[in-house]
Amino acid sequence: MRDKAPTGAPAPQNALQRLGYRYAPLLTFLGVLAVWEIGCRVFDVPTFLLPPPSLIYAAFHEQTVQIWLGHAWATIRVALIGYVVAIAVSIPLAIALASSKLLSRSLYPLIIIVHSMPIVAIAPIIVVTLGASDLPRVVITFLITFFPIVVTTTAGLLATPPELVELSRSLRADWTRQMFHIRLPYALPHIFSALKISTTLSVVGAVVAEFVAAEKGLGYMIQFTTSFFKIGQSFVALVMLVMISLAFFQLIGLVQRLLVPWSLPRSER
Amino acid sequence: MRAAVLDSPPSIAIKDVGQTFQDDNGFNVVALKDLNFDVARHEFVAVLGPSGCGKSTVLRQIAGLLAPSHGDVSVFGKTVTEPRDDIGIVFQRPTLLPWFDVLGNVTFVARHKYGRVTADEIERGRDLLKLVDLQEFEKAQIDQLSGGMQQRVAIARSLLLDPDILLMDEPFSALDALSRDEMSFELLRIWSESPKTVLFITHSIPEAVLLADRIIVMTPRPGSVREILTVDIPRPRSMQTLSDPRFSALTNHIRSQLFTRHAG
Repeated sequence: MRDKAPTGAPAPQNALQRLGYRYAPLLTFLGVLAVWEIGCRVFDVPTFLLPPPSLIYAAFHEQTVQIWLGHAWATIRVALIGYVVAIAVSIPLAIALASSKLLSRSLYPLIIIVHSMPIVAIAPIIVVTLGASDLPRVVITFLITFFPIVVTTTAGLLATPPELVELSRSLRADWTRQMFHIRLPYALPHIFSALKISTTLSVVGAVVAEFVAAEKGLGYMIQFTTSFFKIGQSFVALVMLVMISLAFFQLIGLVQRLLVPWSLPRSER
Repeated sequence: MRAAVLDSPPSIAIKDVGQTFQDDNGFNVVALKDLNFDVARHEFVAVLGPSGCGKSTVLRQIAGLLAPSHGDVSVFGKTVTEPRDDIGIVFQRPTLLPWFDVLGNVTFVARHKYGRVTADEIERGRDLLKLVDLQEFEKAQIDQLSGGMQQRVAIARSLLLDPDILLMDEPFSALDALSRDEMSFELLRIWSESPKTVLFITHSIPEAVLLADRIIVMTPRPGSVREILTVDIPRPRSMQTLSDPRFSALTNHIRSQLFTRHAG
């Protein structure tokens, strides 16, 4: 007689349920693609308005792989440089903000103002000011990327347990040691959250910059192809941007797992 | 023997000490007032009082982390003006560093103070892990340890630079009741193997009676000394101590003191 599932071991699910659970995200994705494809065909949507997935795939072959990769690389390069510059500026800035009330009081409003400027609004101005080169594109990417890093790193630095600061003081350790032995490592989980958020923002920044002035890049490609109603190619560029963002995000996650595994819950190491 | 210990010059002397803070609204809050007591060398003194009576403030003054507004705090006859090398601190929370393993946390104080860890200090770190009964966990990560084990690591860390004085700020109050008792006996064993002057802040009456040679009972804010009690229960103390009639007599006495507003 059996009136209860045995406790201790989890009740065995049947194989179909397990497979279903495992592939649910993939199946959902394929389902959306199928609805899209069928919908486009059944309702006879003009392809210059919304091409079905099959046409987007075909549009990829309207250009050579080299051309696509060339555009992708242009975008990746700007995003990466802007991202690295943002880190190089933001973390020292956060250290300054966390270390001095006066600096924090003086600089914080300025940082908020800079961040409050809509990036799309300021982008053309920056291009006019800095000329048509990679420089304005990097600056635009930097402007959208740096804010979360500064704010989150500052918060992380200030979240150091007061006992550790007291321990440091009781050992009469100097400022540098307190910063590099205690505060900065303690802020690393915060810093990595910000770095992950900023990966996708850096791609946004690069694309916005390309919309304003560029002759290469996936953002440029979208603008160029839409003006000729080659929506299929626009979608190809969009898909590539998504893949770049995802890969970038995953890369930073991987760096975190390799370099600072302790900052992650045990299950994610 | 107790008397001999008390006759030697005090490790810690608190004289007419007061502390006034400014709260967020700019009002002065008197945390400590006319506080006076001494701690003899290798004496175990518990400071007992209700929350907010300024117990931890005294500890920070002795540690040189906070300058008293009035009076004089001296250690070994010298007024405290900055943190000293001969004091170790154990906080309420273990606050270990998750990026170091257990041994790395114990030797961290050397790394932080001198910028490097010598082979001797690593050896000493290992000995201390043996002392706190964690020798098998040398390479363990912090999040693999229970709260009690983490606090034992923190105790080992506080002993690495071989301080003469150990300041403990409610070190077991974040632990569950069972670990708490266990840790009290652990601390007594550690203290008997490595004698130190200990100032132990607590709000637990049985803990104070079980551990201390003397108990400084404090008044609510502004904190000052309500009564200083000598615990005449012989050492070594053990589980049996808890059922000793002197133990219950003393805990009852202190409880009645703390619950009487105008006692003393």
